[in-house]
Amino acid sequence: MATLANTKAATARRETDLSIAVAAVAMVAFLIAAPFLLYPVFVMKALCFALFACAFNLLIGYVGLVSFGHALYFGWAGYFAAYSAKAWGLQPELAVLVGAAAAAVLGLVAGRIAIRRQGIYFAMITLALAQMMYLVALRVKMTGGEDGIQGVPRGRLFGVFDLNNEMTMYAFVLLVVLAAFLLIYRIINSPFGEVLKAIRENEQRAISLGYKTDDYKLVAFALSATLAGLAGSLKALVFQLASLTDVHWTMSGEVVLMTLVGGLGTVFGPVVGAFLIVAMENYLAPFGQWGLVIQGAVFVICVLAFRRGIVGELAARLHVRL
Amino acid sequence: MFEIFGIPSQALFGQLLLGLINGSFYALLSLGLAVIFGMLNIINFTHGAQYMMGAFIAFMLLQYLGIGYWPALVIVPIVVGAIGIVIERLFLQRIQNLDHLYGLILTFGLALIIEGLFRNYYGASGQPYGVPESLQGGRNLGFMFLPNYRAWVIAFSLIVCFGTWFAIERTRLGSYLRAATENPTLVRAFGINVPRMVTLTYGFGVALAGLAGVMAAPIYNVSPQMGSDIIIVVFAVVVIGGMGSIMGAILTGFTLGIVEGLTKVFFPEASNTVIFAIMIIVLLVRPAGLFGRLA
Repeated sequence: MATLANTKAATARRETDLSIAVAAVAMVAFLIAAPFLLYPVFVMKALCFALFACAFNLLIGYVGLVSFGHALYFGWAGYFAAYSAKAWGLQPELAVLVGAAAAAVLGLVAGRIAIRRQGIYFAMITLALAQMMYLVALRVKMTGGEDGIQGVPRGRLFGVFDLNNEMTMYAFVLLVVLAAFLLIYRIINSPFGEVLKAIRENEQRAISLGYKTDDYKLVAFALSATLAGLAGSLKALVFQLASLTDVHWTMSGEVVLMTLVGGLGTVFGPVVGAFLIVAMENYLAPFGQWGLVIQGAVFVICVLAFRRGIVGELAARLHVRL
Repeated sequence: MFEIFGIPSQALFGQLLLGLINGSFYALLSLGLAVIFGMLNIINFTHGAQYMMGAFIAFMLLQYLGIGYWPALVIVPIVVGAIGIVIERLFLQRIQNLDHLYGLILTFGLALIIEGLFRNYYGASGQPYGVPESLQGGRNLGFMFLPNYRAWVIAFSLIVCFGTWFAIERTRLGSYLRAATENPTLVRAFGINVPRMVTLTYGFGVALAGLAGVMAAPIYNVSPQMGSDIIIVVFAVVVIGGMGSIMGAILTGFTLGIVEGLTKVFFPEASNTVIFAIMIIVLLVRPAGLFGRLA
């Protein structure tokens, strides 16, 4: 019996690996072809948001922590990356690292404060902290206030590759995003990731099993913030701009929307969601404020009728994990 | 004219007054949030939008129908409450057994829809709404000038807040409400229609937001984003106070308004972040909030 169960588990596991591998190959193939079919800047924007949403999903999907203030890390990392590239003349790879490191520090501090409360309060606290840092961004000199930091130089990667070439820039963004995606996949399938899922399912139980859940939550929060910061730094380089839009609460809402549409707690959902929402916003841009209304309507529909999201729904239909 | 800590009394008391006004709105809004959370277990993100809607409906009543402030003070809460009841029946009732997260996201989506609609028709700029004639002018108290309208806002919101407290803590209906918050199944077994009570509670909480909106209209510009600006601060207020107690919500709201006003006098750069800073301190020292219990 035991062997039978083992083989069954092994087959299930192999099927899971297979479905994920197939989806991963399809995704990479699409992303390599994409800049030739679509505007490279559009795809880069979508990639940055895909990474942002994956980072957010790490928290909401695998630890069950709802952060409603992720724009804080995305936007502030963008400011740090843009500032270090422009004012200090750092090379792009270093500027991106500075941005991600700043997000890591912010994530550690904000996480420390926010994990003192659970559930709905956690969401409100993260939102309030993000709003506070938005107001700070409005006032301090470094961010350039309403103007933001404009004309950020993309520079030369490692001093060699000129990122002003769209395709080189694209290759850089794609490689970073894929590496981060792989890292997230590793995290959620590591023993550490299993503990995170245990916390999501039943925190009291995880505590009684001897896990210091607050420490795990804090590390997960900081990781998520760092990766969100990585995405924000890349976006600042791509658009050569860091602005208030990226630290505003609407950005925190947007990443929730992308993850929800794609599928909470799925591996590929946030990527699909990010591409869809970025595309939708492109088409809705001429309609002005109707964009806000439609975004709100998508939220409502997703919650009422489509909680699994696109990828989650697909995975459930095909009986695989995606 | 005299000075306190080197600050002219006019400026000090003026800001204190403004702080009290802000505090009355914080109190009214966090009160509504707390009442709704108690019954529905939902953080009503739409609350800010409903406050904005209150101000806008007052503005529209005056603009298109010539209906002034005093009738609006009655009509608007009823309209906003009725819309709230429709929202509860159409949307919130469907998700009552789901995770908290979905309530938050759903009401966030509704807030975006409402704000987007108003922005579409009125743009992002503010619309003026005059102070009603009977409350124009003010009186000189010697140490400061007190505009009549502001005095009215503070007095009236105090009355509404304590009226709500009385209704919930001291009346028979309120005791049903508190019982249903504790144990809805048991209360249902006594033959009380709990779902209807939930719907009416939501309507009432939202009507409070609408009322706050009407009162705010002559003080601030009526603009589509006035709701989202204030709701995040109110969330911080709720985190500081904890949502367990009605009186706690009222006291925290007024106190934080005053603190904000005082900060504006002594340290103006920090005035709009001070509430968030207090939230951080409270979380570090007393994570449950000043009046809350840890769940």
